[in-house]
Amino acid sequence: MNFSEHKHVVVIYPHPDDESFGTAGTITKFREAGVPVTYLCGTLGEMGRNMGNPFFANRETLPQIRKQELIDACNVLDMNLEMLGYRDKTIEFESRDDLAERFKNYLEDLGATLVITFYPGYAVHPDHNAMGAAAFEAVKRMSLEKRPEVWATAFSNDRIENIGKPNVVIDILDVFDTKLDAIKSHRSQVEGMLNQLLSHSEADNERDAALERFRYEGFYDVNIDEVDY
Amino acid sequence: MDAIKLEDVQSYIDQFAAKPVYVHLETTNGAYASHFNQNAYNVGAYIRNAQLTYHQGKIVEHNGSFRVGLKHDIGWIYAEGLTDYEFSEQGHLLLAGHDNQGRLMVALEISQEPFSY
Ligand SMILES: [Zn+2]
Repeated sequence: MNFSEHKHVVVIYPHPDDESFGTAGTITKFREAGVPVTYLCGTLGEMGRNMGNPFFANRETLPQIRKQELIDACNVLDMNLEMLGYRDKTIEFESRDDLAERFKNYLEDLGATLVITFYPGYAVHPDHNAMGAAAFEAVKRMSLEKRPEVWATAFSNDRIENIGKPNVVIDILDVFDTKLDAIKSHRSQVEGMLNQLLSHSEADNERDAALERFRYEGFYDVNIDEVDY
Repeated sequence: MDAIKLEDVQSYIDQFAAKPVYVHLETTNGAYASHFNQNAYNVGAYIRNAQLTYHQGKIVEHNGSFRVGLKHDIGWIYAEGLTDYEFSEQGHLLLAGHDNQGRLMVALEISQEPFSY
């Protein structure tokens, strides 16, 4: 994989932390190759139920806490951030048309050559699926010569039987510590999860347990004219 | 937030009685319940900024957690499983129930100003 071939990578996900779990290593590799990366983050995860472990956030303070965590993660990953201002859990009720037009304007203005988003239907959370579908639609609306490549993330339990295995798999071992730093930026969301990873793993420390789980980042390189969404 | 003290919360509930208030009411078992457990079923609901005036409100303890009922002119607001509370600087009464990993399962919040979007 020659990361420097791309001109601008645009990541389109709905929640603070989606970028860190699924894609932080890949983002880091693009940044190390000198490629600008912009994150279009749909919401502030206002309705998340993780409040820290032990909890330190509440429903009303969570948005500002997660906003700062998102900014910190983007600083760790050295990528540009655009917060789109939608509300957690409501993306599927917004107009697909409006979302797609808005995304398309960003992609054209930024000169995106690669879009990384969720694979609609195979990304579990309704916001993930809706955000991915609007991103697919945005790319489809672009003229052929301007269209960026699309890499989609999927993690539903039925993904392999329906869409096979990811055809882009990136080993992020050499940038794993950056990824772990980005994940840990989302303190309200991940403390309990990292503890659980460790308790379910044979590894004897948190870093190794996380490495087992997050070493490979998989994407489906999608031909936008050939997929249903 | 701190563990609910019944008398304190009751006095906050009384402070908001007979005044127009905004209520946030929510329950959830998480967006990933059925992803991690095939037999589980995702359940969640929230109402943000219901406008109402209640004339009578009460908090009741049951086995270490709490229920709240607010009686208004044409119906009720009800929440169970509440464990923690805070009266915030913004004048919000925040009540929530958390599981043993600190995850929110139910929330009931009362304010005289609308909660932020
Ligand atoms: Zn997410």
